[in-house]
Amino acid sequence: MKVKMISRNPDNYVRETKLQHHKVPRNYDPALHPMEGPREYVRALNATKLDRVFAKPFVCNLSGHRDGVACFGKHPKLLSTLATGAYDGEVRIWDLANRISLRSFVAHDGFVRGIAYARNGQRFFTVGDDKTIKVWNAEAPDVGEEEEPVNTILSRHILHGISHNRKDNSFATCGEVCAIWDEQHNDPIKTLKWGVDTLHTISYNPVETNVLACCASDRSIILYDQREAQPLRKVVLTMKSNKLAWNPMEAFNFTVANEDCNLYSFDTRKLQTPLKVHFDHVSAVTDVDYAPTGKEFVSASYDKTMRIYHAHQSHSRDIYHTKRMQHVVCVAWSLDNRYIFSGSDEMNVRMWKANASEKLGVIRPRERTNFNYQEALKEKYAAHPQIKRIARHRQVPRHVMNAQRKMRMVKDKELVKEANVRKHSKKGKVPFVNEKQKHVLREDI
Amino acid sequence: MTKTAPKGRKKPTGRYFDAAITVKTEDGEANPSKPKRRHQKSFTGDFLRMQSQDKNKALHKNKRPNVTEKPKKQKIPQEVLDKYSRGDAVDSSGVKTRHFKEKQKRKEIYLDYATEQAARTELLLQETPGKLEADEGEITAEYRQSEIAANVDLQSAAKHFSLKLDFGPYTMRYTKNGRHLLLGGRRGHVAAFDWITKKLHCEFNVMETVADVQWLHVPTMYAVAQKEWVYFYDKKGTELHCVKRLTRVNRMDFLPYHFLLAAGNSAGYASWLDVSIGELVGNFNTGLGDIRHMRHNPANGVLCIGGGKGVVSMWSPKVREPLAKLLCHPTAMTALTVDPKGEHLVTAGLDRLVKVWDLRQLNDKPLAIFNLRLPANEVEVSQRGMLALSQGTYLETYTDVLTSGGTGRRNKLPYLRQRCDAFVHGMRFCPYEDVLGISTANGFQSLLVPGCGEPNYDALEDNPLETSQQRREHEVHALLEKIPPELITLDPHEITGVDAPTLQEKVDAKRQLFHLKPPRINMNPRHKMKGRGGSAKAARNKQIVKDLKRKEFISEVRKAKKDIIASHAGDGDNAQQTSGEKFIKPKVVRSVLDRFKPKPQKKQKPTK
Repeated sequence: MKVKMISRNPDNYVRETKLQHHKVPRNYDPALHPMEGPREYVRALNATKLDRVFAKPFVCNLSGHRDGVACFGKHPKLLSTLATGAYDGEVRIWDLANRISLRSFVAHDGFVRGIAYARNGQRFFTVGDDKTIKVWNAEAPDVGEEEEPVNTILSRHILHGISHNRKDNSFATCGEVCAIWDEQHNDPIKTLKWGVDTLHTISYNPVETNVLACCASDRSIILYDQREAQPLRKVVLTMKSNKLAWNPMEAFNFTVANEDCNLYSFDTRKLQTPLKVHFDHVSAVTDVDYAPTGKEFVSASYDKTMRIYHAHQSHSRDIYHTKRMQHVVCVAWSLDNRYIFSGSDEMNVRMWKANASEKLGVIRPRERTNFNYQEALKEKYAAHPQIKRIARHRQVPRHVMNAQRKMRMVKDKELVKEANVRKHSKKGKVPFVNEKQKHVLREDI
Repeated sequence: MTKTAPKGRKKPTGRYFDAAITVKTEDGEANPSKPKRRHQKSFTGDFLRMQSQDKNKALHKNKRPNVTEKPKKQKIPQEVLDKYSRGDAVDSSGVKTRHFKEKQKRKEIYLDYATEQAARTELLLQETPGKLEADEGEITAEYRQSEIAANVDLQSAAKHFSLKLDFGPYTMRYTKNGRHLLLGGRRGHVAAFDWITKKLHCEFNVMETVADVQWLHVPTMYAVAQKEWVYFYDKKGTELHCVKRLTRVNRMDFLPYHFLLAAGNSAGYASWLDVSIGELVGNFNTGLGDIRHMRHNPANGVLCIGGGKGVVSMWSPKVREPLAKLLCHPTAMTALTVDPKGEHLVTAGLDRLVKVWDLRQLNDKPLAIFNLRLPANEVEVSQRGMLALSQGTYLETYTDVLTSGGTGRRNKLPYLRQRCDAFVHGMRFCPYEDVLGISTANGFQSLLVPGCGEPNYDALEDNPLETSQQRREHEVHALLEKIPPELITLDPHEITGVDAPTLQEKVDAKRQLFHLKPPRINMNPRHKMKGRGGSAKAARNKQIVKDLKRKEFISEVRKAKKDIIASHAGDGDNAQQTSGEKFIKPKVVRSVLDRFKPKPQKKQKPTK
């Protein structure tokens, strides 16, 4: 008789001393793990709930400005540095890691309209309402020394914004005209003009670095090439665009923040119809900034909230707001893709997590594995109604909710009216117009 | 070019940067010279030979010994891959856009990789299953327990024992990890113990009849179905609860992933008690009469109840009708069980047959039939698919549920046989052990059945050697992952699939269209300035709007109905009718005498 029975040697299964971990033998045979589907579903549900439980996006508040915050400048090399400009002409440089203001000085009379760092991060440029461009050292002056600009350039025109080229030493300002400057010269290399309107905002393309885009007060978005003498193209929307941001990864796309509560993503090759209309804000959108991955962007709005959108989706994935935050004027996504900064009318700069439920601090490998697993589960079961409902639900301020309801009613009413008109008119006389096409008036070349 | 130490001085000890100094050899190849230990330096013979061998190799193959080259991966046999596979790849031919097609393809690659990785872990399994092989001229069935026990190691031999107990026919349960044993005697005796170390947790007499016992999710709590109600006790024998909503319970079962204690009582009620919140999630009359045979399917949590008419019906707590019914025997049933993988249902009837059914197909053809001389009163399947059946005091096991045999067929011999001293009332294979526990009319016996249990446990699922801390941790995790009772369905993977409407649902939706009522229209006429409209005018306007909407609705429904009828005109009896009309009617020859014929009956209106 040959006989063998299961007889486990405790040495292989029980730890020897208390200092060791318990031994956990695994057997991945599916027969030993029944009801895989339902158990995964419950785990996904729990992960989604935990995600909402831990969704505390607000990190800190940087106070110090004595007037509303007007603009941001992101340092291209240092993640912990942020420059902010205020309505009273004050510029502050923040150390974000320690949450303190390193420097503060009054740079301009009146508003600071724009801040841009040079591409190596050693200088930064500010423009203000006093028609000057000032160049500052990124290093703080020695103790006892005054804050002095390295260079002050007087401009002939009013200045509204500044943007620095990502690859060479030129920068561009906008105002009455779009002017291209060189860092070494006190006169613009080139001025570009199309019509007489004011240009609010300017932005260099981060990849095709000769291309610029401006938003003008005649509701148009103008594309320039700094090598050419004439502007390239222009698209006119139904309302004014406030800010423009290029997608850093798909640099042929850009998104504008519009006065009509929407954001529009455009493809430069096809400006007649926007790629996507991003809804959900209930008041004018004031600023937009892309994540460095180019997959998401954040928008600030006059309705006292910020929203985060997937670049290819028309509704926001998240909304950030606090009781005390007033009209959000400017917003920036940090270059490590983890934080969002917002500057608002009530003089505060706020720091938020880009992913609301992300855990800050050191994450051990096992924890990281678990987070990854939960992410995968959430994605796998995202379409289930219960999970979808929990993941989508957001508590919004009452004024936003009321405004949303009102906007929905207006929209419904218009739909009904259009349907009625269509019903009582000749066939084909009232055409169906795509929502995307409603907002673009024309394209000029 | 190595530095030589000046005479009379000790050579400096090797430093880390010495390794970086390279030596040019004849073949022009740069070999890093390694600092050597003293005993290696003095040792010449073998070491040199090794080096020269290396050089030869380099000359022959002209290839550096590549240390960083990855070890070649072993190919995994297909049957092992199949074991870990979760089914075929999704057919992406129906996916419309290229983007999603690509996405699906990429996902499949990941899934394949996961399957492969899971299959590779089989290498790490520490134990092999038990086995019993007969010598030449002998068969395994003739070996007695004492012989087997004498031939195995001491640890295993200690697993063979018997208890003589006085309080009548016993029922028994092992815990899910196979470590603890619970015995309940009909005449009130309840005992819980760690059967491997033979350490008694508690033993007491409830002074009432005990119909059934059942461990809960942890080996510190168990339920006892007593004469009137179900009681919960802890490991020490302290009464925790008396559940008066469960009355006259005959059989109990525990669904570990749902935390449900399922109970079938003598009035035919099936009840599911959620032991984590103490609520009855399902409690209704099955209409089957006294429930004597009840097991849950471990693969999907469905409760299989065997009735007196030979029918097995499957129940979910949230559905008041059986999910499925299976006519298994023409006579009354005597026992039923579901195998731990949830693939096979084994039933025994008074017709002296034991049948094995496929639970996934659920068709009326048994996979295997065992012919017996006497009806089996208990059947049980082990983790590795061994079948045990008892006929009164006689008991046999078969190595595979699907190879039919039985005492009625001489050609198929059992794996092991055992004659007990009393009538067998309960029988369970111990999970993760090669042991079959039998509770009889006067005690308990633990039999050695080599090869019945799964040798490698997964410690995150069931751990026979768990510490109390691990047990607590496991309990918390299990509670977090408690599956809601609504998810108990015949197909447990339903939740991972696409929610496509079934044919029945489509038919119902279409049928419903024929019974639609026009909706009530509540219209508030706009308030008009004085003199612009009186109440009469307003009422008239209201009526006009209402009529208009109603007409619209009716016309829409009519159109939809027409479409449905048009879409079905091609098939079914409609087709016959239409084709029937095509026939040319035979000409009727009329005569004057026709008027005396009885008149044809008036056609009745077709009823819907």
